[in-house]
Amino acid sequence: MGILDFLKRKPEPTAGLAKERLRIIVAQERSTRGAPDYLPLLRNELLEVIKKYVHVDLDAININVEHDSGHEVLELSVALPDGKPASNPAT
Amino acid sequence: MTAEIIVVTSGKGGVGKTTTSASLATGLAMAGKKVAVIDFDVGLRNLDLIMGCERRVVYDFVNVVHGEATLKQALIKDKRHDNLFVLAASQTRDKDALTQEGVEKVLDGLSEDGFDYIVCDSPAGIEKGAHLAMYFADMAVVVVNPEVSSVRDSDRILGLLASKTRRAERGEPAVRQHLLLTRYNPARVANGDMLSVKDVEEILGISVVGVIPESEQVLAASNSGVPVILDEASNAGHAYHDTVARILGEERALRFLEVPKKGFLQRVFGG
Repeated sequence: MGILDFLKRKPEPTAGLAKERLRIIVAQERSTRGAPDYLPLLRNELLEVIKKYVHVDLDAININVEHDSGHEVLELSVALPDGKPASNPAT
Repeated sequence: MTAEIIVVTSGKGGVGKTTTSASLATGLAMAGKKVAVIDFDVGLRNLDLIMGCERRVVYDFVNVVHGEATLKQALIKDKRHDNLFVLAASQTRDKDALTQEGVEKVLDGLSEDGFDYIVCDSPAGIEKGAHLAMYFADMAVVVVNPEVSSVRDSDRILGLLASKTRRAERGEPAVRQHLLLTRYNPARVANGDMLSVKDVEEILGISVVGVIPESEQVLAASNSGVPVILDEASNAGHAYHDTVARILGEERALRFLEVPKKGFLQRVFGG
């Protein structure tokens, strides 16, 4: 096999992949930094509730805690998909 | 004048905090500053080995905090520079040996003794020792390797520096944050196998104060208990000199970011 080794493709460079993965995780962790510990749980429970009505995934929900002149604002945004609502709404 | 407190921190272990603390403190001393470098890694003392003074430790940081020794007794004068002192970590297993008040007392004492810089070598992690090392800082040197877990952890540390320090709690001007990229391998960056300086700066949103190339001399220096900044023959040493100069306000271009060109003989014979 040794003689044909040079024909093998070199492995793809991985630095680009590392950068992309870090960009996403760092942005996500920064958005929840300094926020209450219950926020991820709240996010998941909200997702469960919303899922009863529309198909959305975790990435569609954005929770932010904004500090605005002395008070905190919990900001929640849900990007709804274009398609039909879930066929089986909660009863 | 009060002393400027610099924390050398990273979150992740093994990225070069102690190597950096030793070289940074030595470099500042070489610039004529009176410097103390403190090991905050209670239970895992190591700065003394890197500084080459492990056999001269009599009293340590915790002894001073508990009033069992004076600062003067515990400070170990560097054998190469008269204006450089080491305060060793305690080898006690008691993680609560350090308290915020105790640390503050020691830092104030050093400030009163006319020290210009106090370098705090943080332990890895985000537990108490790391918290105390950064709490009183005026400036932070966040050591990061071009590698995913190190970059992520350093972002976490940047967040803590912005919220869990005395400056943050008092609403004073923020801790000045510097990124120091260590173990940088230009050849692997050129091949696309390692994050580049630019990549790390973009991800973390702050610029580097220095880039230390991966170098065999770093191990050789720690083997012999001589901070690598004193190795005139190593690029890592030169890169630390540049970093110290930038911290002192000088403008210097980054070096050692390109793949070293091979000479004719090396190209023919390899190596």
